[in-house]
Amino acid sequence: MDAGNDPDPPTHHGPLRFQVPEPSARPGDEPDFSYLDVPPAGDTRRPEVSVDPHQIRDLADAMIRVLDDDGNAVGPWAPGAELSADAMRRALRAMVITRAYDDRMFQSQRQGKTSFYMRSTGEEAIAVGHALELGPRDMFFPTYRQQGWLIAREWPLVDMMCQIFSNERDRLHGRQMPVMYSAKEAGFFTISGNLGTQFIQAVGWAMASAIAGDTCLAAGVVGEGTTAEADFHHALTFAATYQAPVILNVVNNQWAISSFQGIAGGASSTFAARAIGHGIPALRIDGNDYLAVVAGIRWAAERARRNHGPTLIEWVTYRAAAHSSSDDPSKYRPQDEWKAWPLGDPVERLATHLGQIGEWSPVRQNELDEEAKAIVRAAAKEAEGYGTLLDGHVADRRSLFEDVFKEMPAHLRRQRDELERLT
Amino acid sequence: MNVAIRSALDVMLGRDGQVVVFGEDVGYFGGVFRCTEGLQSKYGETRVFDTPIAEGGIIGVAVGMGAYGLRPVAEIQFADYVYPGLDQLISEAARLRYRSGADFTAPLTVRMPAGGGIHGGQTHSQSPEALFTHVCGLKTVLPSTPYDAKGLLIASIEDDDPVVFLEPKRLYNGPFDGHPERPIVPWTDHPLGDVPEDYYSIPLGVAAVRRPGSDVTVLAYGTMVYVAEAAAAETGVDAEIIDLRTLLPLDTDTIVQSVEKTGRCVIVHEATRTSGFGAELAATVQELCFFHLESPIQRVTGWDTPYPHAQEWDYFPGPGRVGAALRSVMED
Ligand SMILES: Cc1ncc(C[n+]2csc(CCOP(=O)(O)OP(=O)(O)O)c2C)c(N)n1
Repeated sequence: MDAGNDPDPPTHHGPLRFQVPEPSARPGDEPDFSYLDVPPAGDTRRPEVSVDPHQIRDLADAMIRVLDDDGNAVGPWAPGAELSADAMRRALRAMVITRAYDDRMFQSQRQGKTSFYMRSTGEEAIAVGHALELGPRDMFFPTYRQQGWLIAREWPLVDMMCQIFSNERDRLHGRQMPVMYSAKEAGFFTISGNLGTQFIQAVGWAMASAIAGDTCLAAGVVGEGTTAEADFHHALTFAATYQAPVILNVVNNQWAISSFQGIAGGASSTFAARAIGHGIPALRIDGNDYLAVVAGIRWAAERARRNHGPTLIEWVTYRAAAHSSSDDPSKYRPQDEWKAWPLGDPVERLATHLGQIGEWSPVRQNELDEEAKAIVRAAAKEAEGYGTLLDGHVADRRSLFEDVFKEMPAHLRRQRDELERLT
Repeated sequence: MNVAIRSALDVMLGRDGQVVVFGEDVGYFGGVFRCTEGLQSKYGETRVFDTPIAEGGIIGVAVGMGAYGLRPVAEIQFADYVYPGLDQLISEAARLRYRSGADFTAPLTVRMPAGGGIHGGQTHSQSPEALFTHVCGLKTVLPSTPYDAKGLLIASIEDDDPVVFLEPKRLYNGPFDGHPERPIVPWTDHPLGDVPEDYYSIPLGVAAVRRPGSDVTVLAYGTMVYVAEAAAAETGVDAEIIDLRTLLPLDTDTIVQSVEKTGRCVIVHEATRTSGFGAELAATVQELCFFHLESPIQRVTGWDTPYPHAQEWDYFPGPGRVGAALRSVMED
């Protein structure tokens, strides 16, 4: 190795050391979340939405929480009367259906009816909160783990499943892998397999809304692992420069496949703190606390609508299921880590709160659980009736050549005809 | 083939203290295709480590490490995800030697699984080899057997220039002849699956004749080598099947010898057709063998569309399409 000058410059510090961050626990270890500071609910201040971002830098290290351990809504972020019991029940229902949907589709994958599936278990509150709090013309730029949005917006479950089964009714003609939905009429941008690309596109959409003098916002989502991609940093730079009306969400579910959040730089500072250098306000929020989720989205949306620009939100949550149907988390994290997760389960916490205020009961929860399973079962039965990957009832192979361009060029017509001639 | 890749990395980590191996999920977990399983526990985190999800970052640090004097072996989780890293690969790694008058070099290897056949849809199935062969200063390797994968990976790591090493992911667990309905034969039951444990290398730029024949020359690489073998068997055409193994530098001697003998040529690749590597091969054969050709050169390739999820076997250029081309050049 011949870097630097010869002879070696004198040093009194000994050799350098290559440092690689380590997760707190691996398979066989006790789960250990001592790295996570969990302040009591209600402890974090709520600034005006017009606040100068430099005045709230501390919020990037705090954690906004509304629901306490007993399910009471406390502190300045509690939405109070502005979030009705009906609205909370609607959110609970969407989360419960999402979970039932995930379980069913995962089973379908195991039965060979589709090739692949990804569950959102444990982080349903974030997508559902966005779907119910943002407006009908706002645009959501999701990851593959935001199916809760479509379910909360009551996009047909059968259509979602037809995409999963790649069958003849799949609106995407079997082109995309399962879970890569596209639903413009539901404000849901087409999902890319290439991580992070949607984040800067959300900023572009928001810039367009401002250029056009429109009133709608964009919200982008990435996982914490994806904050390492350049597109994340492009998004912050452009959003800050043009004060774009966009909510920049980082879903920190602690794991990116086998890599703990420290591999994305999360051991050095919070992901919310990435905003500070850009002069973007940062909120760090308990993502398993539905009331805090709503409060955070409302704050950021109002700020954007009032032309105060973007907000970055880090949602602290946990990926309870495997990364995907191809993944085996027992190879890299303690098997029971989810049970030790200090922020609990978003479904249980919202149900407890509703019970606390006399608007819910274990009996009604039971009924909801059963109803959700029945709804999903019925939808699956119908969707499977249109075919699955297993029985080969997929879109016509001619559709392969459509939508490459608006008008099919001659070379693609020739290729389509060649395929037609094959038996 | 993943076992052979792991063995090559193991051998090189053991032999050469300058070799470092890294990428997304490569360290503790051992890679999503298990190509680096056990290497971190054997060589430690300084030699084998996880990286942030940032392909531009991964290739960028590889360039810096290579300039320092290490021999970085970076993994891109899927070839479909290399694009954020192309600036570092094309503008930097490929030209470092040239622009600095060999003051700085980029002795790095960038490994990536490529190709389809696993229902991966458009972002887990691509074959972007022609993007790399189009760049001056990059070598491009694409093995088809475990034995070759190990020997060629070792040669790539030892090479003093940047090498893109594409691994046909459908071949990780066994050969694949394009008949998805047939059961998978694991490499352990296949003669080409036998890989010596120790060091050996296979020089870059040397093709292999997989099946000698006299009727037509088939130029193929990766998964398509097995598809071409199946097509020859199914049609009875006596094809000479050449596995290119390295696309750049290209072994034109072996190609020319064969085409001069057979007088016919079919080129097969999984990648899309237009401006694919087949176009380069067809031009080369035309330039060097024109007066020996008895029929037009044919290409069998993926269609010029993104790789679909559900209609994978309508997209994949299987033995039916290759066989049709073999018959057709024989009739011309
Ligand atoms: C550009 C790119 N690189 C790599 C991948 C492979 N990959 C798919 S998901 C994933 C982990 C993403 O983790 P994170 O962003 O934390 O989201 P999570 O899955 O935890 O929701 C990786 C590496 C990809 N899809 N795209």
